[in-house]
Amino acid sequence: MSGHSTYEPKSAFAKWFHERLPVMDLVKGQALDFPTPKNLNYFWTFGGILAVMLVVQILTGVMLVMHYTPHVDYAFASVEHIMRDVNSGWLIRYMHMNGASMFFIAVYIHIFRGMYYGSYKAPREVLWMIGVLIYLVMMATAFMGYVLPWGQMSFWGAKVITNLFSAIPFVGDSITTLLWGGYSVDNPTLNRFFSLHYLLPFVLAALVALHIWALHVPGNNNPTGVSVKSSQDTLPFHPYYTMKDAFAIVVFFMFFAFWIFFAPNYLGHAINYQQANPLVTPAHIVPEWYYLPFYAILRAVPDKLGGVIAMFASILILFALPWLDTSKVRSGNYRPLFKGFFWIFVVVCIGLGYLGSRPAEGLYVVFSQILTVYYFAHFLVILPLLGLLESPKPLPSSISDDVLARSRPATAAVPAE
Amino acid sequence: MSTAEHAETNRRDFLYIATGAVGAVGAALTAWPFINQMNPDASVRALASVEVDLSPIAEGQEITIKWRGNPVFVRHRLPAEIEAAKAVSVADLPDPLARNANVADGDEATDVNRVVAGKEQFLVMMGVCTHLGCVPIPNEGDFAVVEGSSKHGGWFCPCHGSHYDTAGRIRKGPAPQNLPIPQYTYLSDTQIRIG
Repeated sequence: MSGHSTYEPKSAFAKWFHERLPVMDLVKGQALDFPTPKNLNYFWTFGGILAVMLVVQILTGVMLVMHYTPHVDYAFASVEHIMRDVNSGWLIRYMHMNGASMFFIAVYIHIFRGMYYGSYKAPREVLWMIGVLIYLVMMATAFMGYVLPWGQMSFWGAKVITNLFSAIPFVGDSITTLLWGGYSVDNPTLNRFFSLHYLLPFVLAALVALHIWALHVPGNNNPTGVSVKSSQDTLPFHPYYTMKDAFAIVVFFMFFAFWIFFAPNYLGHAINYQQANPLVTPAHIVPEWYYLPFYAILRAVPDKLGGVIAMFASILILFALPWLDTSKVRSGNYRPLFKGFFWIFVVVCIGLGYLGSRPAEGLYVVFSQILTVYYFAHFLVILPLLGLLESPKPLPSSISDDVLARSRPATAAVPAE
Repeated sequence: MSTAEHAETNRRDFLYIATGAVGAVGAALTAWPFINQMNPDASVRALASVEVDLSPIAEGQEITIKWRGNPVFVRHRLPAEIEAAKAVSVADLPDPLARNANVADGDEATDVNRVVAGKEQFLVMMGVCTHLGCVPIPNEGDFAVVEGSSKHGGWFCPCHGSHYDTAGRIRKGPAPQNLPIPQYTYLSDTQIRIG
């Protein structure tokens, strides 16, 4: 499936260039002619949307750095300077700020799509694991970016998250001091977070390149989960999927624009427009929405080290997913029991997110504990057992057969096609 | 795309054109703020004028002030410097234009056109060499007024050897133009506002 290229340089210059750098060969084989299953639905456009969002974040970020000052005395004021003085600074900052949320919305849809259609199963385990790594680096990047405006939530978020490492036995305090570059979150912390926040997006870009490389070895999974068997099952990536992706990207950008122009601060916290004060903690501190499920898991465990372990485990367990799911059938469409449990799992994740936004008291804690147990049970009990107990529905013999079977009633109604 | 297969317009053609149109308009609308953000911002534009008190500047003395990030020379000229400047014929100047924002664009580079009438002793001009932007050194160069061992007036740019006379006009070296004079007005007898 690795797209054997048929590139033939046409002009004399193209031939000369091709012999020295066969990059057009790569583009033709991997981007234009790449054989792609012909039944991909719109959930498959989120990979392209994510790539574009990474570019948006890097572009707007580079522009913000032209006006931002990474110093505890100036950072907050320089962000207000961007908002008030810099030409279209408000627009660029709101793009970057809401762009982070859009990036996470897209990545969560992308991850759940992979889970539902079994895209992590052989032979795509490495592809999936690079994806989990991308998600981890994204979380670190977004966290450090949130610290830079040096508002109250920036500061206290930074303090709480870095203090997670103090839970490590014996060396925890030394590690925290090392991360801070001092005895509290202060100027050295802000400076190193700024440095890393600028570096990590380029690490992400490199990981994305590996992710696409790993994707292009077996090729795309598809809604049937059945592997491509012949050229009947595929279409060239261009123009069919460049077009479909471009359409989805434009629609996604409209959704993105809604937030930028009509609710730019809805996804943030008002208190972050108050400058950081190391002497006063705000009454209710919560992370950004995209961390909330993990925050709920952290608080569900009534033990400092236990909570930290549970939180990190809830993400790291994704690395083991290809081996925890024992079913050989990829697509959830052919797994009646799995389909139900998948949607329960989605609801549990959203529920954990809601609980993470609530104060850590009373019933909220009890529900967090129940959902945390379920979260881990999904991976450690339900998925391994389902593969053994469930009898999947019969799979179509090929992608092409499935597509034809679905379109037959329609073509019968319109015989003169 | 599939117009070869279908004679009339189909859904794919519509999506193709609609997506292309929205994408192109969106890219164009986004490109302008992305470029324009590099232009001077409101806080920079707010610093566009500066006031200077001329009374402490003694005859023969020169001060340098900062305006829009660049040095501005404010020189209280000696009578000998003014005379030397007036003695030069415009025809002998490499740049015959006044380069003074306070007079008409095409005016000649006479000494009178380089200052304000009645205030000939005060020469106010940018301290930025018109060659490549270095700051010229005062009381130096081939066109200073020499009295014994001391030189008065005239500027010399050490970077690439441009010589300016006692009215700040280029006389020798690679610089193409006279030192420009910014817009300024007298607020009182001894107070000017630049910008």
